[in-house]
This record gives sequence, C-alpha cells and structure tokens, in this order.
Amino acid sequence: MLLQQLVNGLTLGAVYTLIALSFSLVMGILGVLNLAIAELFMLGGFFGFAVIAAQLPLPLAILAGMVGAALVAVIVEKIGYQPLRDAPVVTPMLSTLGFSIIFQNVATNIWGSDPLQLTDEVLATRFTLGPVSISAMQITVLGATVMLVALLAFVVQRTSIGRALRAVAENRDVARLLGVSADRVTLLAFMLSGALAGAAGVLIGLHYAAITPYIGVEIGLKAIAVMVIGGTTRIWGALVAGPLIGIAEVMTVAYGGSQVRDFVVYGFMIVILLLRPQGILGGSGADQGQRV
Amino acid sequence: MISVYYAGLLADVGILLLGALSVYIILATGQLSLGNAGFMGIGAYLTSYLTVVVGVPITLALILAAAASGIVGTVVGFPALRLKGIYLAIATLGFGEMVRSFFLNFDTMGGSGGFHGMKHISVGYIWAWAAGILILVVLLERSRVWLEMRAVHDDETAAGLVGLNPTTIKVGAFSFGAAVAAISGGLFAHHHVYIEPGNFGFERSIDFVLAVILGGSTVGPGALVGSFLLVLLPEYLRFLADWRLAAFGVLLIGMLLVRRQGILDRSLFNALAFRRAS
Amino acid sequence: MNAAQSEALLSLRGIGKTFGGVRALSDVSIDVFPRQIVGVIGPNGAGKTSLFNVITGAYRASAGEVVLDGRAVTQEPSHRIARAGISRTFQNIRLFAGMTVWEHLIVAQPHRESQLRRLLPIRWADPQTLRRAQEVLEFFELEDVKNRLARSLPYGIQRKVEMARAVTARPKLLLLDEPVAGMNHEEADAIRRLLFRLRDSGLSILLIEHDMSFVMTLCDYLYVLDFGIMIAKGRSEEVRTNPVVLDAYLGRSA
Repeated sequence: MLLQQLVNGLTLGAVYTLIALSFSLVMGILGVLNLAIAELFMLGGFFGFAVIAAQLPLPLAILAGMVGAALVAVIVEKIGYQPLRDAPVVTPMLSTLGFSIIFQNVATNIWGSDPLQLTDEVLATRFTLGPVSISAMQITVLGATVMLVALLAFVVQRTSIGRALRAVAENRDVARLLGVSADRVTLLAFMLSGALAGAAGVLIGLHYAAITPYIGVEIGLKAIAVMVIGGTTRIWGALVAGPLIGIAEVMTVAYGGSQVRDFVVYGFMIVILLLRPQGILGGSGADQGQRV
Repeated sequence: MISVYYAGLLADVGILLLGALSVYIILATGQLSLGNAGFMGIGAYLTSYLTVVVGVPITLALILAAAASGIVGTVVGFPALRLKGIYLAIATLGFGEMVRSFFLNFDTMGGSGGFHGMKHISVGYIWAWAAGILILVVLLERSRVWLEMRAVHDDETAAGLVGLNPTTIKVGAFSFGAAVAAISGGLFAHHHVYIEPGNFGFERSIDFVLAVILGGSTVGPGALVGSFLLVLLPEYLRFLADWRLAAFGVLLIGMLLVRRQGILDRSLFNALAFRRAS
Repeated sequence: MNAAQSEALLSLRGIGKTFGGVRALSDVSIDVFPRQIVGVIGPNGAGKTSLFNVITGAYRASAGEVVLDGRAVTQEPSHRIARAGISRTFQNIRLFAGMTVWEHLIVAQPHRESQLRRLLPIRWADPQTLRRAQEVLEFFELEDVKNRLARSLPYGIQRKVEMARAVTARPKLLLLDEPVAGMNHEEADAIRRLLFRLRDSGLSILLIEHDMSFVMTLCDYLYVLDFGIMIAKGRSEEVRTNPVVLDAYLGRSA
C-alpha cells in the first residue's frame, strides 16, 4: 500500500516538477512570477485533449500541448511582460494575473466548466511489479517527464541558447554587454516555460483521464510552492521538490484526509520561505540569489 | 425603497470595498498581500460563531472578530518582514490557502459543508461599516502615521535613516488590514447567511487586489471606485455576461500598461475634492 | 582614553568590515569633534561609503565600535541611530518618490505629540514640528517648491531637499555622501556656504567627496582611505602634500 502511494505520488510529483520548472525558468531569469503559467498548463491540457479526440497519436497530443501553450506564452510575453519590464517585478506579475483570468474565462466558455473526459481507455494497461501496480499511463507520465527534463537540461547546459539564458539569469546588464539580446532571451524563456507547462497539462489530463478549466488554480498554484521549496533561483531544485511534494500530498490524503493536504503543502512552503529561503537545493545561506 | 436586486449589488460593493481597503492599507507600506481572503474567512467564521453559537449581538461580534483577526495579522506581519516583493506575495498566497484549507477541515464550523444560521443584515448596516471605515481611512491618509507608511513604501532604508521603525509600521499595517478584512467577512457571512471555505479562496483575494489596482492604488477612495467597477460593470455590460471575467483581465492588463496607478490617484482626487469645496 | 578623545562627538575605533572574503574596511579610526567639518577622501572603492553604512547601522561592523557622544551605538538598528542624532545623505539621492518637499520635512522629525495625535491630519500636528519644517524650508530657500513632488525637481534642488530632510531632526552629526557630485563651480560654492552655516548652527559634518578643491576649502580635518585602510590623516594642507596620499591617487588613474 505504501509503495503504491509512493508510485502515485511520484506521478503527481512529475507533473509538479514540470510546472515548477516552468515557474522557475521565468522567475530565475527575470525575477518575475508568471502567474499565467498555471493557465498555460490548463490550456496545454485542452489542446492535447483536442488532439486525442481527433484520434491522433499520444506524442502528437503532448507536442500540441507544448506548442499551443508556447504560442500563448508569446502573447503574454509581448503584452504582459515586455512593456512592463522596467517596472517593479510585482507589476508584470499582476499583468500575468490578468492573463490568467482571461485564459480561464476563455477556456470555460469554449469547453464548459464540467470536466472534459477521455472517452477511450487510453493506456489503461496495468503492470504489476511485486506489491505495486502501475499503469501504462503512469509510466508514460514519468517517462515523458524524464525526457522533457533531460531535454531542458541539454538546452540549458549545452546549447548557446542555454548559455544565453544562464547569462541573463546571472546578470542582465553584463549579458547585454556581451552581446546577448535580453529581449530575445526573455521571449525564449517564456516560450520554454510555456512548453513545459503545456506538456504538464497534457500529462495531468492523461493521468486523471479528465481536464477542467480549474486545474490551473488547483494544481498550478501549488507548483509555486514546489518551486519555492526546491529553491526559487535554482531551477533543478524542482526535480527534488516535485516528487517530494507529490508524495507528501498523496500520503497526507491517504493517511490524514484530503482536507489538510493544502494546509501541509503551503505550510511547508512558508516555513522554507522563512527559514531556508534558498530552498532545499539552494547553496549556503550566504549564497542566496535574489530576494526581490 | 430600492429593489432587492440592487440592494444585493450595493451590499456586494460594500463588502468588496472593505476587502479592497484591507489590501490597500497593507499595500500602502509597500507590501502586496495576495491572501487577505484568509483574514476575511477568519472574520466570517468567527463572527458567525459568536452570533449563532454564543449569541453575541452582531456589532460586538464584528468588533471582537476584527480584533482577533488583527492579532493574527500581527502574527503574520512579523515573519512577513523578512520577505520582499514577490516572495511576500507568494507567502501571503500560501497563507490564504492555508486558512481556506483549515476551515475545510474544521468540522465544528461545518467543514466543507459550510455553516449557516446567521441572521440577515440589511444593506444599510453593511454600508454603515463600509462608509465608516472608508472615511476613517481617508482621514488617516492625511495623518503623520500614514506619511510614515508612505515613507516606508517609497524607500524603506531611507525611512529607517530618518528615524522611522519599519517594523512597527509594516506589522501595524498588516494588523489593521487584517481587522478590516475580517469585518468584510463578518458582513459577508450575515448578508449571505451561508458561508463555506470556498468563499474565501485565492479568487476572493484576487478580487480585492483587482479592485485596488483598477480603482486606484494610491488613495483610499480608489478602493471605492474599484469595488463599484467590479460589481456594477458586469451589470451595465450585459452582453459581456459570460465574458465579464475576461473583461476584467483585459482591464487589469490595460490599466497596468496605460495608467499604472489606477483610475483614481491623488491629484485627481484632490482636483475633485477641491472642485466640490469651491 | 585621553581628554581629547573623550570630547569627540563621534568616535570610530578600529572599524573593520568584511564581506565574504573581501575586506572592505580594516582598523579604521576616526574622530569628529563638535562643530567640525571632517572629510573622508580616497580613490574609488576605498571603502568610504561602506564606512558610512557602518556608522548608520546599514552594515553591521565586523570589528570595532562606533561611539556617539560617549555611547556605543555599533549594534543598534538604523532608526535608533538616526534618533540618536546621526543623519545622512546618499550618493545617488534617495528621496521619497511620492512625497512633496514639505512632507519630507514633516516625516523626518521626531515624534513630539502622542500616538493618538499622530493619527490626526498633519495640519494639527505639534506646532513645533510645523515651525521647524518651515524653518528648514526657509534656511534652504525651498519655499517656492514646498508643495512640489520632490522627485520632479531639478537635480541640484533635489540635493538640497535631501540635505534639508537630513537636517530637520536637528542631528548632532551629518554624513554627506558626495554632496557636490555633478555640480558646477557656482552650485558647489553655494553648498559650501550652506555647510558653513550649518556648522555654525551647531552641527558637525563628516563628508565623502572627490572634488578636491571643495574638500580643501571646506574641511578642518581629513582622513584618507585606500583599500579600506587609513593611509593618512591630518589638516588639509598636510594631507594635500603627503606623498603616500599622492601615490594612492596618482598610482590609480581613472
């Protein structure tokens, strides 16, 4: 039973990791909390579902979610971030909030507030490994996450694009002196984070076999807690914090009741913010990164 | 006198006004709180408990709930000092969610099933509180204490260097804001006579922030403008119906791009007030 | 402790400040006496602003003490040090973005009335507060811009407003961080005359400045810092011709 919960927690955690990485990319590079990411996550899920409903293969659905969300992210960047980039960071954050309100309303009007369900039993085969039963769906979610994270790691660490991203994250002005176009980089950061969130949306939709316009607020916000716990300015902290929180949540629901779940997760987040703001994976206390 | 329907709308404006003021007061010291619905919830549940279970008259119940919420606000305000900007916003978001989750679990007051039994209050009573507190804030804005809050908002370091203690000022603002939000909650509870934890979640906190940012974030009456806007605009733009939320999203983005301080700002307010005096 | 030291208004004894591995200040000792104008000079990066930050409590000293009027204030928070009588201005002016000139002069004053009275509109504040604000306004010739937003004023006037704000609470010691940066000869002259008037009214001044002619004609005493260490001190004429000082400046062009 415990191991079963662990597997379920890992699956949820994988989704959290992706969304947290998404938040973290924009936060780490620009210092802005892009609240629209929660809804990009939701929209990606709907895009993916549309593809599945058209009887197209699963990888295409995930791609559709990623591309769709990335394109919507461009709109957010151009209107919500670019004109406000010199304002105090809270201002663009409020702007992205405006976008998230719009996106949720649009989704509710297009697809309705009732959950959109997967009609066919997609990937329902279950495999049993000892005391644990894991569905092909969960394997897909975990596998897809691992691949996406690896892809992101490759882009960030080994490509010139990634180098530019890291340069701007380190010091925007110096990066500009070195010829890095900060505008191009921020657009890229937004698109990458949109793509990750979109993928997560498709995956969570597959996991629950349903999607609603409200999962952004339900799950997306909690990913902020995951980001904080993992370490806001160290994006790989999400890799540890995601599974950690996913498992903690599943355990809390299983043994404590679903109502305390949010209390525990956000409580932990606040404790981290106050006592160890650099997060679990952050460096020593002195090496704190930005405290906006 | 006025139709029940419009009375309901007016009540909503009054309740929202208090919530918006709670955000405004805290924002005046440079702190953005995305969790004031938590304080509203505390006020709603505590007031309801006092009137329904203990039998305390509503006005006293509101005062007691406001005081209790103020204490919670102080408790929240201290750790909040260690956080700035977005991190503070995130922490207050977490606080709001924690309070909602707490009441979901708090079966004494109904848990997820909600709580009812409150006696209905009139629009007039709501506005007695709303107008009273608005006037109080408008008067306070001309005071030295508020000037010190503005100093901490503009430049906390420089404020310290002219002898102001940012701690008392920022924590005090949190406390005051929490108390005002609690009153909003208590009035909400007794107007709708049924409350559930979902009434006091992130969306509610956002409503408060929206009212302040749109209506005017640098003067108290801005919250009044924003509250009317949020409640009445959907009524006058019926064709918006299903799209009113999106409309507010657009309005928010537009306001931040075009007039960041919101509709009403200090100079406009002074101009209007001056015109009326002469 | 000799008699001269015990009279000092401000005494910095062996101040050290380290950031991570970087030693910004090392064993710096400075005395400022009542009604004295003292200058701290040195090449860029010498640690002068760090020194100010230590005095005002923005930085906590890694070593040494700050003694004001015989009382050690080294560990006190900034606002307590300010109330004890030390005020400062900043290199890049830090005014309150949303406030008028008048409001700056009110907010910087000590609390003379009760907590309750401070909740009332400002025009009912303690008459002493209002009088003092008016006094400072006139001293700095800022009557014309009394109700203007301080940030919207020309640079030179903003500097005066910052100084006015610093002086309003009648500090014992005023720290000025590059008060004439970016000013032409006439403007700097006006500031110098202002500073003499302030000194004569009972204030001591400790200032950081790069403009050598300004410093030489203004300061009674100079301390020279380089790499966080005091390399020379003395009266202006002595320091000007000190070879160690010349070396520090010339050896580091631009």
